[in-house]
Amino acid sequence: MLELLALHYNYLAVVVLMMTGLYVVIANGNLVKKVIGLNIFQTSVFILYISFGKRLGGTAPILSPDFELYSNPLPHVLILTAIVVGVATTALALALVIRIHRGYGTLEEDEIERIEAEEQGGAG
Amino acid sequence: MSATAVMAHLPALAVVVPLMTAPLTVLVNRPALVWRLATLSCLLTFAVAVGLLARVLELGPFVYEIGGWAAPWGIEYRIDAFNAYVVLVVTGVSAVAMPFARRSVEREVERDRAYLLYCAWMLALTGLVGIAVTGDLFNVFVFLEISSLATYVLVSMGRGRAAPLAALRYLVVGTVGATFFLIGVGLLYEMTGSLNMADLAARIPPIADSRVVHAGFVFIVLGLALKAALFPLHAWLPGAYGAAPSAVTAFLAGTATKVAIYALLRVVFTVFGARFAFGTMAFDVLLVPLALAGILVASAVAVFQQDLKRMLAYSSVAQIGYMLLGAGLVSEAGLTGGIVHMFNHALAKTALFLALGCIAYRVGTVTVASMAGLGRRMPWTMAAFVLGGLSLVGVPLTAGFVSKWYLVQAALERDLWWVAAIVLFASVLALIYTGRVAEAAYFRPAVPGGLPDRAREAPLSMLVPVWLLVGLNFYFGIDAALSAGVAGEAARGLLGGVS
Repeated sequence: MLELLALHYNYLAVVVLMMTGLYVVIANGNLVKKVIGLNIFQTSVFILYISFGKRLGGTAPILSPDFELYSNPLPHVLILTAIVVGVATTALALALVIRIHRGYGTLEEDEIERIEAEEQGGAG
Repeated sequence: MSATAVMAHLPALAVVVPLMTAPLTVLVNRPALVWRLATLSCLLTFAVAVGLLARVLELGPFVYEIGGWAAPWGIEYRIDAFNAYVVLVVTGVSAVAMPFARRSVEREVERDRAYLLYCAWMLALTGLVGIAVTGDLFNVFVFLEISSLATYVLVSMGRGRAAPLAALRYLVVGTVGATFFLIGVGLLYEMTGSLNMADLAARIPPIADSRVVHAGFVFIVLGLALKAALFPLHAWLPGAYGAAPSAVTAFLAGTATKVAIYALLRVVFTVFGARFAFGTMAFDVLLVPLALAGILVASAVAVFQQDLKRMLAYSSVAQIGYMLLGAGLVSEAGLTGGIVHMFNHALAKTALFLALGCIAYRVGTVTVASMAGLGRRMPWTMAAFVLGGLSLVGVPLTAGFVSKWYLVQAALERDLWWVAAIVLFASVLALIYTGRVAEAAYFRPAVPGGLPDRAREAPLSMLVPVWLLVGLNFYFGIDAALSAGVAGEAARGLLGGVS
């Protein structure tokens, strides 16, 4: 078991990062920290994909008679797309956070909920 | 370019037309002109969708290789009855809601930002159509994120400070969902070395006992269920629908969740196969109770909503339950019912949200209280709302009846009389929540000074799309040969591998 973990420590890192990110997204009330949590969560998937493509001792996939073992480039290319998507998501999320802060004057979810509840109470 | 060349490239055109329109709208950057451009593009995409469906019905499923690269190395678009049908629904809703959008957007979105709304709309359409046509799992992820990012922008353009908040909440949930999907796709790729759906379908059965494949299935299904707002993963939906501009809500209600359900069914039935999904993984044991709980709980919550947009949004969560219930019954009748309900619900709910858009245009607020006496002030809009509501309830001669007929039949086929009973009981709940609106509009006297003076009948450019959809609700309620026929064909295609 221990040997298995030692050999696949990268997957262990993936799981730890994934759970950390997801936990922050769920448990933290601060919107910026939620975005950061989301980022950690996504990053764990980047590492997961990169691990899929890596072959120990493998080289870059260049056609040459000197090498026989190659890393798989496809997961790396795929995750490049996902990284771009992640950057776009983060940028959009932060833009929204700025507008929320302008509207409510706070980024704490419980305070925003309190303001919303007061608003509803005042309207009804 | 000759007609045959256009016909040959239809699958690509369905994606390329809206995609190319998006940057054009930003370059043009003049509200009236941008709207014309977007409308033209929506109509063109709809024409492409009609062409696709006609071709599939005539020649059967076909494959389009992007850039001439053969699958599984290249990305292929694989068109069959199911996705041609979904593309038709998505582009159709967009083509009806876009002409409506001009007046509605003028009132609800600042003038200098309106062109960005049309840009995001075209990108959302690109993504939604792309998810439907592609035969490559990673491509699904890319299109999913294109449509999602555009949708977050669209939602955030609503009035008031609640809109960006609703958009951010949707973004957090949507990103978690898409990332779950990505994890699942990665696990499948690691096991099979392929991303092509048809290729995966052939490679998964020999390794169906692998834990990694099981985990991949769970991640993908969970991710798409979040996107589809399957109960109890629906919390983002009422907020997003409630906060978005009226025209956007109508567009999203008819398209976004439908496409996520399409992707879910495609992965479950085509990639993994019904035997693995419902046999090995026993997906229906989870899906049917959740769908039924969604139908009941969301319908009941809708009854108590004061804000009509939120009321219809909760109703959407319930209708998603109907669609997935059909899939959970794993029979031809059930799947036909679920798929035809995607079509019929798009007709009914888009009509209802557009009618609400008319009311928002004239009255400003759309709460039950603000409806008092509106039946006299806006007779055509309210009549459309009531008729659309009847289709939502599933009254005979409306489109909604057709899908519920199939679902009840499928439930009785398997002796699940209590499932049929729940379906019928939820129709009564739908009658209550749409009836409340009609009651307020027709039987409550207007509060003196309650309705603004400008609360008269909506302009023709908004009424025509609403009534077009209402008309279609009745057309497809009386003659369901096209809607149910193609849905049946799609269902047989999905179940192809089982029997």
